[in-house]
Amino acid sequence: MRLRSTSRYGATRLSTVSLAALCVVALSACGARVDAGSDTSASAESCVDTSGDTVKIGFLNSLSGTMAISEQTVHDSLELAAQEINADGGVLGKELEIVSEDGQSEPTVFAEKAGKLITSDCVAAVFGGWTSASRKAMLPVFEAQDSLLFYPVQYEGLESSPNIFYTGATTNQQIVPALDYLVEQGTKSLFLVGSDYVFPRTANKIINAYAEAHDIEIVGEEYAPLGHTDFSTIVNKVKSADADAVFNTLNGDSNVAFFKEYKNVGMSADDMPVVSVSIAEEEVGGIGIENVEGQLTAWNYYQTVDSPANTAFVEAFKAEYGEDRPTSDPMEAAYTSLYLWKAMVEKAESFAVEDVTAAADGVTFDAPEGEVVVNGDNHHIAKTALIGKIGADGLIHTEWSSEEPIEPDPYLEGYDWADGLS
Amino acid sequence: MDIIAQLFAGLSLGSVLLLAALGLSLTFGQMGVINMAHGEFMMAGAYTAFVIQGVVGDAGVSLLLALPLGFVVGGLLGLLLEATLIHRMYRRPLDTLLVTWGVALVLQQVARDVFGAPNVDVRAPAWLSGAVEIGGLALPRTRLFILALAIVCVVALALALRATPLGRRIRAVVQNRDLAEASGISSRATDRVTFFIGSGLAGIAGVTLTLLGSVGPTLGTNYIVDAFLVVVAGGIGQIKGTVIAAMALGLMQAFFEYSTTASVAKVLVFVAIVAFLQLRPQGLVSVRTRSLA
Repeated sequence: MRLRSTSRYGATRLSTVSLAALCVVALSACGARVDAGSDTSASAESCVDTSGDTVKIGFLNSLSGTMAISEQTVHDSLELAAQEINADGGVLGKELEIVSEDGQSEPTVFAEKAGKLITSDCVAAVFGGWTSASRKAMLPVFEAQDSLLFYPVQYEGLESSPNIFYTGATTNQQIVPALDYLVEQGTKSLFLVGSDYVFPRTANKIINAYAEAHDIEIVGEEYAPLGHTDFSTIVNKVKSADADAVFNTLNGDSNVAFFKEYKNVGMSADDMPVVSVSIAEEEVGGIGIENVEGQLTAWNYYQTVDSPANTAFVEAFKAEYGEDRPTSDPMEAAYTSLYLWKAMVEKAESFAVEDVTAAADGVTFDAPEGEVVVNGDNHHIAKTALIGKIGADGLIHTEWSSEEPIEPDPYLEGYDWADGLS
Repeated sequence: MDIIAQLFAGLSLGSVLLLAALGLSLTFGQMGVINMAHGEFMMAGAYTAFVIQGVVGDAGVSLLLALPLGFVVGGLLGLLLEATLIHRMYRRPLDTLLVTWGVALVLQQVARDVFGAPNVDVRAPAWLSGAVEIGGLALPRTRLFILALAIVCVVALALALRATPLGRRIRAVVQNRDLAEASGISSRATDRVTFFIGSGLAGIAGVTLTLLGSVGPTLGTNYIVDAFLVVVAGGIGQIKGTVIAAMALGLMQAFFEYSTTASVAKVLVFVAIVAFLQLRPQGLVSVRTRSLA
């Protein structure tokens, strides 16, 4: 028995080694291919073909892996926008031809597929990405190939690439207005709860700086590992801290466990409201409406936004994908991103990257969230901040909104209290 | 007061870990099968609760129905896995690890295709919502319920192993398979029943988890590592060890987390377990057997 098991171990080790060797071979092959690709394009001009009746664009979302839940919805609304644009005569008279790639929830795959879309499919622009890790992985690819990425998700700011357009909110369009709202409500103390990775840590750094300048006491700051499922201790801490409000940057499934625990120890939005920045319409159903009813969220779009553009968007989305599908902020930002690219191309009367970016400043679109304007300097867009309250119907209703669209300021340069953050 | 609150939080976390690990202590501990799909049996139990709530409607009735049905669903899945794959590889533990991991991935994808990728919500019954106030201390009713359920499961399992003919056969096979077979015990049938019970307990754990967290395709993966830790630290093959280890882990996590942060607490717990296993590789409680294997 012992002998046999040793030989088995030997066999396993051998196969591990050969597997590892295989991986190395496969990886170096990939590396070689990517290098070759960048070499050719460095010498040659972009290979985008605009001579025919169609123009290719790329959609790069995770259709498998842990992020598929979220990114599939973005993919769906991109498809919807493309269909509408094509039905309306395309862009500069050319029909959009979509090349879809799966980012597989892996930043390295995002980078590799981005390279493939640019150099071998020759797309005019790429739309997609969700996690900051995926965007950071793609950024050098787009800069090296001088191509365009439209990124549709709110993020932690402190970035501005000439080859990326950010159509989600940066921090001064989501987190800062949420804090302004809390100050307006007379909040004097805050408890911060977040997942333990880059976005919550950066967000909380900003919140701490803001709090110091605005006389708010931060009574606690807790991080839970991603996928953490037991929140009894953290909720105990929140409860005994007795803050005026909780600022929640938890991500994914942790929200479910947190809110269930929060309700189970007998706390509600009336005692201590929780402001969340990553719960949208899509997530409310999974957490359970009864667990989050009355809690607050900070976004730039809700399905309930009352505008003709939004009514049309919601109706078209439901007609295409089903009555039960809600629309959310990242979906709207993705939908908007395709229309913004169309508007830029039409203003530039060219698909070339340098013409499009040169024409970008001041391009507007009557988006479902309201009119948005592209800022040509930092490639973000002006957006109206909306604080919403989760209703018994599972939708989020606007409770407060900034008076006008807020100019994007990814490095928070316009805020005195933010000195030394970036 | 905070210390008592944390004590309760720790015991409560311990009871969740215990429910997750109890079935595993049977299949891994007693039979030596590394079943990575154990977490997916929990997931199946959780979805059973979801389906039953959809059919029955009333949250209270559906929870009480879901507990036995979750046991049966988890058990049947386990039986199927045992009959088709695992019984071919009882003497190849490393292969079972890979095979059951593959099965786990398949089950997750099946759940995703059948129920959709987003989480679903299972409502807690009214009599479990809110907290019991004892001297200013709020004890969530769901957590009291889970604690009670864990106790019931442990007592039932211990009685079954000790006082029934089936339990005697299981213990005999664990202690010395060859001798048990020589005495006329069908080890094949015993294995099947053991696996059914172990997997069924995972189903029950899954049903209770719907009261605490999210119900989604990856529910099981959040618990499988902790469950293995409990079984290994507790000592292979003994319920007593599993109970003590689960409670110790729960309390450690709760107190470390209270004095530091959740991430640091997780690290400290791992360090504590590694150190403990250095001192006692066989775990807290171990069975002495005369078996040669």
